[in-house]
Amino acid sequence: MGNQNPLAYDYTVAKLFLFTTVLFGIIGMTVGVLIAFQMAFPELNYLFGEYATFSRLRPIHTNGVAFGFTVSGIFASWYYVGQRVLKVSMAESKFLMTVGKLHFAVYVLTILLAVVTLFMGITTSKEYSELEWPLDLLVVVFWVLWGVSIFGLIGIRRERTLYISIWYYIAAFLAVAMLFLFNNMAVPTAIVSGHGDWFHSVSWYAGTNDALVQWWFGHNAVAFVFTTPIVAMIYYFLPKESGQAVYSYKLSLLSFWGLMFVYLWAGGHHLIYSTVPDWMQTMGSVFSVVLILPSWGSAINMLLTMKGEWQQLQTNPLIKFMVLGSTFYMLSTLEGPIQAIKSVNALAHFTDWIPGHVHDGTLGWVGFMVIAAMYHMTPRLFKKELYSKSLMETQFWLQTTGIVLYFSSMWIAGITQGMMWRATDEFGNLSYSFIDTVVVLHPYYTIRAIGGLLYLVGIFIWAYNLYKTIKVGRDLSDKEINVNASPMSAN
Amino acid sequence: MDLGQIQAYAYFFFTAFLVIVLYAYIFHLYRAQKKGTRDYEKYGNLALDDEVSTKPLEKIEESEETPKK
Repeated sequence: MGNQNPLAYDYTVAKLFLFTTVLFGIIGMTVGVLIAFQMAFPELNYLFGEYATFSRLRPIHTNGVAFGFTVSGIFASWYYVGQRVLKVSMAESKFLMTVGKLHFAVYVLTILLAVVTLFMGITTSKEYSELEWPLDLLVVVFWVLWGVSIFGLIGIRRERTLYISIWYYIAAFLAVAMLFLFNNMAVPTAIVSGHGDWFHSVSWYAGTNDALVQWWFGHNAVAFVFTTPIVAMIYYFLPKESGQAVYSYKLSLLSFWGLMFVYLWAGGHHLIYSTVPDWMQTMGSVFSVVLILPSWGSAINMLLTMKGEWQQLQTNPLIKFMVLGSTFYMLSTLEGPIQAIKSVNALAHFTDWIPGHVHDGTLGWVGFMVIAAMYHMTPRLFKKELYSKSLMETQFWLQTTGIVLYFSSMWIAGITQGMMWRATDEFGNLSYSFIDTVVVLHPYYTIRAIGGLLYLVGIFIWAYNLYKTIKVGRDLSDKEINVNASPMSAN
Repeated sequence: MDLGQIQAYAYFFFTAFLVIVLYAYIFHLYRAQKKGTRDYEKYGNLALDDEVSTKPLEKIEESEETPKK
């Protein structure tokens, strides 16, 4: 490592991932809004023949926002935060720079192929694991490249101690690697038996075992894609933006180990009242409830970081995004355990309360955190002042309104649906047929779609604001960039 | 005792063991801070003081020993 020249962080790879975060955010959420309207107005299923049916688009929405928007945001933030807290520049290692660029290239290729194949209807039919085996192999390649980047950068660091965010990035890397490999174990039928298309495969597991592995994966995708790396982001961006060190570093460490210990056992709550052993369902419930502790440990730590500096909530829209993000994290990590209690689950399972829960977590916590992180990074990546503070404020309020409309309508819809499904008359006959519930739920589906639309408009405002920042934002000197609060134009 | 029961007991005791390890770790963190063996809270500054040009909080030994060119 040479330290004779004035050294600067190299954000080439972070910039590339910033672009894909915005691009996949727009694609994934536009599709999401379309399918939300399809739920309310089924005629919208027939816009483009088979390609625009709900069943074809839904995996594009989930894969697009989870593995496109969120994972891009995680990678972008890694290539930014990783260098800074380890005090080492990507420019110091040609090898790591090449790995970073290759990581990006393989990632983009995989996601584009994912979109194309899902549109074509090529799928394993495993939720959140729909990609067929050739694409799974590509995922392994870019994931390993990310690992090389993480441990490579750690290997040449100047700062001895790994800041808590790095721990969370490492956890995300290791856990997703393990989960992905085991859940995607599959037999390519053409190679083994000569039957079926060359890309077709069947799961290695059968029946209940397949369900168990699937939800061990599925819930931990929430843990290690939507939680740990997002916690990594907030542990860096909130203290940095507010100028306040994290309230309790020790609390961050013990919340980390608590989260690691508990999360992996909670997946069984997806299979309550199914054919898996009863003790496993109970274990899923119990661990889900215990999970409140480490989750709230991180979230409270973040809110307490703002202690004595709450006036920033009024003046800085980025603080607004992050504080509301951690508040939504608290809400959804309380709501999830409540739904995992067996008696509540009897009512909630298969109802619209579940997507309601998912979306207050993803829109409120994950989305807001990724949005805030990209806003914070952009002036530093491009040495430009953020284009418009007032647009950020508008975006914040539009999206917050959108989230509230989304989850409140789904709460009402879900509980109504659950109550109607289980209602019986005095002779024990079901009181309602399925279509009765659909008629009652229609207004809530409409409200949900409008909520989603508001959030999407916010995403377009975000993309526009970032674009204008890069194109016409005021140039900043190094001195203006090396501050805590992100420089932004008041207009 | 059949295999299922052995698994259940093993699972229970392993969980209890890990809980003890976690609480011991928490105890260790707070005692080390109180006795002054290690100040964990200073690491919160790693996010704030993160310019490449500023001095690391705890520099890696090897690079300290490397003679400056």
